[in-house]
Amino acid sequence: MDQAIIIEKGIFIVVIFAITMLFAMYETLAERKIAAWLQDRIGPNRAGKGGILQPLADGLKLFSKEEFMPNTPNKFLFIVGPAISMSTALITSAVIPWGDKLHIFGRDVILQATDIDVAMLYVFGVLSVGVYGIMIGGWASNNKFSLMSAMRASSQMISYEVAMGLSLIALVMMTGTLSLRDMALQQHGMNWNIFYQPVGFLIFLVCSFAETNRTPFDLAECEAELIGGYHTEYSSMRMGFYLFAEYASMFISSTILAVLYFGAYNYPGMDWVAENAGANVSNIIGIFVLFAKICAFIFFYMWIRWTIPRFRYDQLMRLGWQMLIPLAIANIIITGIVILLSDGKL
Amino acid sequence: MLLTIFYILSAITLATAFLTILSKNPIHSAIYLVLCFFSIAGHYLMFNAQFLAIVHIIVYSGAIMILMLFTIMLMNLNKEDEKNKSMLSRIAAVVSFCLVAFVLLATFIKAQPTITEYAVSGKDYQSIKVLGQVLLNEYMLPFEFASVLLLVSMIGAVLLSKKQHINN
Amino acid sequence: MSIETISLSGRKKEVSNKKMTFLESLYLVAIFKGLMITIRHLFTRKVTIKYPEQTRELSPVYRGQHMLMRDDEGRERCTACGLCALSCPAEAITMKAEERKPDEMHLYREEKYASIYEINMLRCIFCGLCEEACPKQAIYLTKSRVMVKSNSDREDFIYGKDKLVMPLDMAINNTKQMAN
Repeated sequence: MDQAIIIEKGIFIVVIFAITMLFAMYETLAERKIAAWLQDRIGPNRAGKGGILQPLADGLKLFSKEEFMPNTPNKFLFIVGPAISMSTALITSAVIPWGDKLHIFGRDVILQATDIDVAMLYVFGVLSVGVYGIMIGGWASNNKFSLMSAMRASSQMISYEVAMGLSLIALVMMTGTLSLRDMALQQHGMNWNIFYQPVGFLIFLVCSFAETNRTPFDLAECEAELIGGYHTEYSSMRMGFYLFAEYASMFISSTILAVLYFGAYNYPGMDWVAENAGANVSNIIGIFVLFAKICAFIFFYMWIRWTIPRFRYDQLMRLGWQMLIPLAIANIIITGIVILLSDGKL
Repeated sequence: MLLTIFYILSAITLATAFLTILSKNPIHSAIYLVLCFFSIAGHYLMFNAQFLAIVHIIVYSGAIMILMLFTIMLMNLNKEDEKNKSMLSRIAAVVSFCLVAFVLLATFIKAQPTITEYAVSGKDYQSIKVLGQVLLNEYMLPFEFASVLLLVSMIGAVLLSKKQHINN
Repeated sequence: MSIETISLSGRKKEVSNKKMTFLESLYLVAIFKGLMITIRHLFTRKVTIKYPEQTRELSPVYRGQHMLMRDDEGRERCTACGLCALSCPAEAITMKAEERKPDEMHLYREEKYASIYEINMLRCIFCGLCEEACPKQAIYLTKSRVMVKSNSDREDFIYGKDKLVMPLDMAINNTKQMAN
């Protein structure tokens, strides 16, 4: 294999990893700040200017805390749980197109770790594996509340994966590809998928809330009933890993929402910039546009958190199985009919 | 390089498969089985069968095994609860396993020429486009049979869960 | 007037269990309304007071640490009549009276004075009834922000005359200011 490609991809992966971690870190601060603002408070403002060093302080605290191990027969699984959560939250970013391509040192650098044929299925597969982290951790804690929470989390994630997959099928029927890069390229200009698949987007949005275990679907961490949920028995950086994984997966799912439905790195007037200032400039602006979209989605996640109260378990299941899945199937049928009509085959 | 990876993967597959059978704790068995499935997905990837590998992970590791773990965790199986199976059921299990193995072996022996045939045709059978065309043109009937089978099992599951309601 | 129609706050709303229309049962409109309410709070004035730098205004009737006053000649005013102890609802005050010796004329204003005067700060509720009861204007609840300091020993919360009596230099200052 070309040595330059290996170096290029290596650097790229490290950069993406660092950005994901940085985002996850500052999401914790953003969450607290936005929560405070929405409740007419100020939020953390003591560590650094305006609380900018708060994540570091939190991390330092978590690292220096005593690591507590419950009396469990599965010490190994107890340790593996948070590790699985963290790694599954991180590896999704491999297939995401962060930008078009840059022309540096006389070669085209594609801003994507790998462009596989089945990228969307890959994202889906990683999501479905992510349940194991919570499940194994909750079970190995040897605690009834943790187990209950793990049960809730996994059943919720499995249920919503179905609706999520069905909502994506309509999108795939329309775009005709599973590669996220091709999808991003198709949305050039203002051809964003949200305009063609509004119902699909809504279903996907609700499901991604459920998949990341965020409010209003955070039954797994329901404090009033389950103490702390599946990480009740965890302390120190192991718990930090679970929290971190939640924020990392929030970042990733915001990215996927932006890539699938909101035109990825495309922005209106991209061609004009490319003509007048060069392709590199336009593509670099594209990266920033993508990150702006991601930040908007992250804000939306937090905004929703402080607006909608937590669902009850039966309400959650009814919403998933009795409303979202039929809606998604109807969406598929209608999309199919429209595609056939526009092709003139019906 | 590829051969070494194959040996490592095969070792993992075999080891986890044996551990699945041999470990006393049902949860551990289930987790070993998950690892086994992952290594099998690795084998698929070595064939460059990306679609198959990913779907294998989604369906088996992501859905079926989670449901399995789910049931095991809820049933709270202990070593003490394990009953000794009767001799008859053991023999029946061995016989049925041998039959399944025989059928599988026969199919695989039959299947071999088709693989070489595809290799000769020069088409990229791993790309989902070709895969879809093959599935929905050449193998339309088996594909639909599979979907009917799944539908039947789904209805069966619903019926089983509703049984008590019907009786009352 | 039946109990159902009474509304003390004037904002009572009757809860209705009417069947929701299809659009309402989607909750999309309701969620959107809720989002608008929360986003409005993003731009409202924050009510937080950054404590060590900013402090809240004290109420005009704020009552802080007690003080046994001296008169303009620096003599203690207290005559140990015990009315403060009597009026105290928490029974926090104890005292022991003693007769003034002739050579103590410059120390105590009245013929009888409190040789021991103690307030149990764990019991005191800072109601100010002692201040109201005092016929000699001897005990006051000051505006001091310093409340009782934390401690691990219960004995240390019983404040004696050493902590309660007005410091002498403060009395001298007061007299000087009065003279001006």
